[in-house]
Amino acid sequence: MINLMLLLFLVVIAIAAIQAKDLLNSIMYLSVYSLFMALVWTELNAVDVAFTEAAVGAGVSGVFMIAALTRMNRFESSRERTGLGKYFPMAVVAVTAAMLFYATVDMPAYMDPEAPIHKHVAPYYIEHSEHETGSVNIVTSVLASYRGFDTLGETSVVFTAAISVILLLRRRDKNEK
Amino acid sequence: MIDFIAAKYNYLICVCLMMIGFYAVIAKQNLMKKIIGLSIFQTSVFLFYISMAKVTDGTAPIVWEGAVRYDNPLPHVLILTAIVVSVSTTAVAIALMINIYKAYGTIEDSKIREIEAGESGGSVSR
Repeated sequence: MINLMLLLFLVVIAIAAIQAKDLLNSIMYLSVYSLFMALVWTELNAVDVAFTEAAVGAGVSGVFMIAALTRMNRFESSRERTGLGKYFPMAVVAVTAAMLFYATVDMPAYMDPEAPIHKHVAPYYIEHSEHETGSVNIVTSVLASYRGFDTLGETSVVFTAAISVILLLRRRDKNEK
Repeated sequence: MIDFIAAKYNYLICVCLMMIGFYAVIAKQNLMKKIIGLSIFQTSVFLFYISMAKVTDGTAPIVWEGAVRYDNPLPHVLILTAIVVSVSTTAVAIALMINIYKAYGTIEDSKIREIEAGESGGSVSR
């Protein structure tokens, strides 16, 4: 029950984040949203994900956005679209939402232990990870041992992103212009 | 209908969050708002994965004596990776936005279009 209330609150914060005219407010709402998402992860027993979300999602990404905002106008100043352009995005969203709602009919019920996702490799990890890797935390053993190459890929993505940001934001020489 | 909502409310909330993010990306003119919408969109996908991992009577996937059964650890691992990747992509998007602001002096999509139209209309050859 607490889960459902948290989730509904998430929807409210998300709407507030995209409706606020002051972008600083908007970023604050996004950080609060991430923090509540971390609570949801804890409630869903995904403790490692909750740590990461609270540190990286609520902390670092908010800091990045505020740092960018210090260089530019804090208030959103776009004009409202008129005519067809105003309702077209809403129509696209409504159609997509209808298709996604229709797709949930075929999904297994929430918390169903017989769902297909729990039948493939996950039982192997749960059964053997302590014996094979010596770690009681199954998430850690899968992350660092069974799927170590995923983590290597993640690291290379972070490295590439860091290089991209450095290249995009470096100060160019004056004679280069 | 009530049974359907009670059994699958996690997916319905995911769809709601995803559509809020999607609307921000396609309808909002401000680039910062678009990035915020993209973050909400990404988080809804994470919620979709993690809520699939939950099982009845499941405890956190850490081995202990009295466990009835464990939640599926695999989605947790995938999303742990995805959160870090999503922040990296957000950082690159913000860097691009800062460069757009340096070039045009605004981050409003409509004003950027006006400036572009003015530039190409004013010059004789492109």
